Amino acid sequence: MTNTTTGNESFNDSHALDPAASTATQETVSAEIAGVHDAYRAAVASGGAVETQPRIDFAPYRSSLLRHPTKSLHHADPETIELFSPAFGQRDVHALESDLTIQHNGEPVGERIVVTGRVLDGDGHPVRNQLVEIWQANAAGRYIHKRDQHPAPIDPNFTGVGRALTGENGEYTFTTIKPAPYPWKNHHNAWRPAHIHFSLFGTDFTQRMITQMYFPGDPLFGLDPIYQSITDPKAREALVATYDHAVTSHEWATGYRWDIVLTGSNRTWMENEEGDH
Amino acid sequence: MAPAPQVKLTATPGQTIGPFYGYALPYERDNELVNPSRTGAVRLHGTVYDGDGTVIPDALLEIWQADEDGNVVAQAGSLVRDGYTFTGFGRTAVDNEGNYTFTTLNPGATDAGKAPFIMLTVFARGLLNRLFTRIYLPEDTAALAADPLLASLDAADRGTLIATREADGALRFDVHLQGESETAFLSYPRS
Repeated sequence: MTNTTTGNESFNDSHALDPAASTATQETVSAEIAGVHDAYRAAVASGGAVETQPRIDFAPYRSSLLRHPTKSLHHADPETIELFSPAFGQRDVHALESDLTIQHNGEPVGERIVVTGRVLDGDGHPVRNQLVEIWQANAAGRYIHKRDQHPAPIDPNFTGVGRALTGENGEYTFTTIKPAPYPWKNHHNAWRPAHIHFSLFGTDFTQRMITQMYFPGDPLFGLDPIYQSITDPKAREALVATYDHAVTSHEWATGYRWDIVLTGSNRTWMENEEGDH
Repeated sequence: MAPAPQVKLTATPGQTIGPFYGYALPYERDNELVNPSRTGAVRLHGTVYDGDGTVIPDALLEIWQADEDGNVVAQAGSLVRDGYTFTGFGRTAVDNEGNYTFTTLNPGATDAGKAPFIMLTVFARGLLNRLFTRIYLPEDTAALAADPLLASLDAADRGTLIATREADGALRFDVHLQGESETAFLSYPRS
């Protein structure tokens, strides 16, 4: 049992923070990814199921090796508490928290963007008045986090954390700065595609999820074991926002649209079933 | 029970919470569903381990539960606690040694004879999608024996879902993402 976050933390020794860090080359990791994807394609071609979620056992992402359950998930019929979600309101989230560019005295550096979209459930119904949280690196690829010691500048005018409540149609909008890619220690010369972390709640707590939104055309997609842990190309594309000129505003910000679909609610059909007794 | 109806849309894939959530998701008194001085306040605590039995210092846990009378509450204020309103939701990042603590209430049975449980969601660096499980209270052994989920598990898996009551009234619940003591994690219909 080791305390992994004490001592001198710097980017040069940050591999010590991650016991799964590796000196493997990108070629090695890319070949591992290709091997998993080839096997998946062959399985689908011979009638196997299409996958829509990431593999949790995905060796090219080294940190997953010891952190995924090896037994399959156990089916549970949701009961009471699992059919509801916590309620969030104006008391929890101030309207200004959705603008990440006004949290300090000055303007943050970088490309100002608006990211907007809807949160829907698996039946296509809007998820209303529910919490959306985001966090991200700045325009130089640096997080305001003590464990991010990558030598890129911190922006004193940008924290990179936002919150919003969805509206009547499940809509959300954030104003922020386009994040940059950043290096990490999964393998030698590993870089993450630029992304924004999204945390989402539904109407049922079983819909709770955290994911990452990416930007169209990122040249790092093919190299990234976290993105590629989703073996199905169509499922991967669901994490990529669309540039939308209708969201872009004159002389102010470029716009991206990204809708999020949660799993299906179980409350309605199970309640109806109870009524059928 | 009839099978769950098909969903119309494919769910967006999850991704790992990554290493840098610490400045974003935790908030003041996030793990205090009730004030520790309140009558009935209970400590729920434990440690998160990986497949080698090593503690995981970068996991985030969330709980969601009924109140002491088994009511599912619909109260805002989880993010801005007033110290009095029970919202049923809590969040905490584990410490450098993988330990977590919530201050909460013992959930009541939502229906007579039902085994009370707390819903737990696990996020971690290295974990590519969130995991769900249940933390059952150990006391009502008849209700536990009648619980459909517990009945569907073998003895070892069943044991991983039942918290231990400590001498001071605290509930202890460790999470093993992998390994011999691997926690039983759950999937739900329509996902």
